[in-house]
Amino acid sequence: MNMPASKFEGAMPLVSAQVASTPATIVPIGIKRPSMSSRALALLAGFAARVIPPVVVIALCLILWEVLCSKPGASLPPPSRVLEETWELIVDPFYDRGGIDKGLFWHLLASLQRVTLGYTLAIIAGVALGTLVGQSVWAMRGLDPLFQVLRTVPPLAWLPLSLAAFRDGQPSAIFVIFITAIWPIIINTAVGIRNIPTDYRNVAAVLRLNQLEFFWKIMIPAAAPYIFTGLRIGIGLSWLAIVAAEMLIGGVGIGFFIWDAWNSSRISEIILALIYVGLIGFMLDRLVAGIGHLATRGTASA
Amino acid sequence: MASSFLSIEHVCKSFARGQSTTQVLRDINLSIVRGEYVSIIGHSGCGKSTLLNLIAGLTKITTGGIILENKEVNEPGPDRAVVFQNHSLLPWLTTYQNVKLAVDKVFSQSKSRAERHAWTMHNLELVQMVHAKDKLPAEISGGMKQRVGIARALAMEPKVLLLDEPFGALDALTRAHLQDSVMQIHARLGNTVIMITHDVDEAVLLSDRIVMMTNGPSATIGEILDVPLQRPRKRLELSSDPTYLRSREAVMRFLYERHRAPALQAA
Repeated sequence: MNMPASKFEGAMPLVSAQVASTPATIVPIGIKRPSMSSRALALLAGFAARVIPPVVVIALCLILWEVLCSKPGASLPPPSRVLEETWELIVDPFYDRGGIDKGLFWHLLASLQRVTLGYTLAIIAGVALGTLVGQSVWAMRGLDPLFQVLRTVPPLAWLPLSLAAFRDGQPSAIFVIFITAIWPIIINTAVGIRNIPTDYRNVAAVLRLNQLEFFWKIMIPAAAPYIFTGLRIGIGLSWLAIVAAEMLIGGVGIGFFIWDAWNSSRISEIILALIYVGLIGFMLDRLVAGIGHLATRGTASA
Repeated sequence: MASSFLSIEHVCKSFARGQSTTQVLRDINLSIVRGEYVSIIGHSGCGKSTLLNLIAGLTKITTGGIILENKEVNEPGPDRAVVFQNHSLLPWLTTYQNVKLAVDKVFSQSKSRAERHAWTMHNLELVQMVHAKDKLPAEISGGMKQRVGIARALAMEPKVLLLDEPFGALDALTRAHLQDSVMQIHARLGNTVIMITHDVDEAVLLSDRIVMMTNGPSATIGEILDVPLQRPRKRLELSSDPTYLRSREAVMRFLYERHRAPALQAA
């Protein structure tokens, strides 16, 4: 108890003496402009801080996987064997031997094309319907119950029905993407439109903006953060649904690639495909989030 | 009556909610001449904002009428530009774009592209906001946002400028600064201004006349006070001016003696 107190007393006069001796001079604190090399070093340190943890975690997972699956009688291949067996697919994703015997690039491209088409249609219809429901109380009363029920129908449950309607795999898969992605887009757009502050409506009224100007200049930008939330959920769901839908419709596409690999017991290829599906899903999500961030000038969460 | 610029005649406003109807404003009569600066003051809930919305055309009148330059007001329009209490700038547009939106809409026919740009810049200059023309509303202070809001309203060249507690959300220093700016602009452009306020000093400092509202429901104009102070008015000199003090006292007496806030009466 005594020690700190005495130390404190000792320090006090020293401080006051210093203050008294230099009453009004501003003492420059030694802020050095960081040199180029030290700045580069700081940048590198920041980069390392973000990259090292995931690398370590992935490495640990791979080691665990390797250990667990290297035992004799293991049902799944260890990563070393996956790499060995799929090396050809990894180094040459662009080969095309006709039919469905194509490189992974072509499978992924086919899937992405379906998603792009279905998702684009979902954006157009979803934003339009969401705007309608958000704007009109009667449209909401009429349509909302329908939406609430339909949106809970699992994507794949639509597939037989769409196959019956379209009599072809391609439009059916696109329809499944469309019907999967549209609900979050509708619902979020409607919420965004409904939440447009009265102030913005008043501004539009004072300026006498017509319906079209109001839609483009006030409604869409004001609801944009909400719309992009819906779009982000939508793209995630689309990518989830495409793999499942393609498994059933066949043809070129990553979903059928996985199903085909399973039927031929090429487990390593399934694992490789899953990694690609995950990476592309992640990239799609970041892409939509990035566009949202740009389009809303940072008001949508990226 | 016919000579007045803006006249509010026997205006009543009731809001219906289900079966019950509440009368907010009762028999409001007021006529305003061109270039006049009129403040409307009253306790909260007296319907002063409703009155402003009626003049703006944002709310429908129940009975009576408002006539601006011999034309009845029944919908909103840029001839009655509003500066909203919380600035209501569009957050996705820069300050320049916010003003430009109004300019583009109002002068789409009458001004060329270059003229619209020049007019936008002119109005930003008027409120001393040119330096922040490329900033988003989120990047500037509350006082600056309100300046841009004023620039946007002025840019519409309104017949009447409606200010809805424009300085209410600002700190005292910013508020004083902005009041001075508004006085300068009013002196320079000579617009007709109707301002809602609950600040007695603000009302006396800025207005030619102060309209004092009784308490709601069924609020009406209790009294109208002329403020015969010379312009330009200087804040510091006025603080001891007898006319200023007398006007101030008259408003205070009205608000705190004869028409105390309902909550105060209960206490």
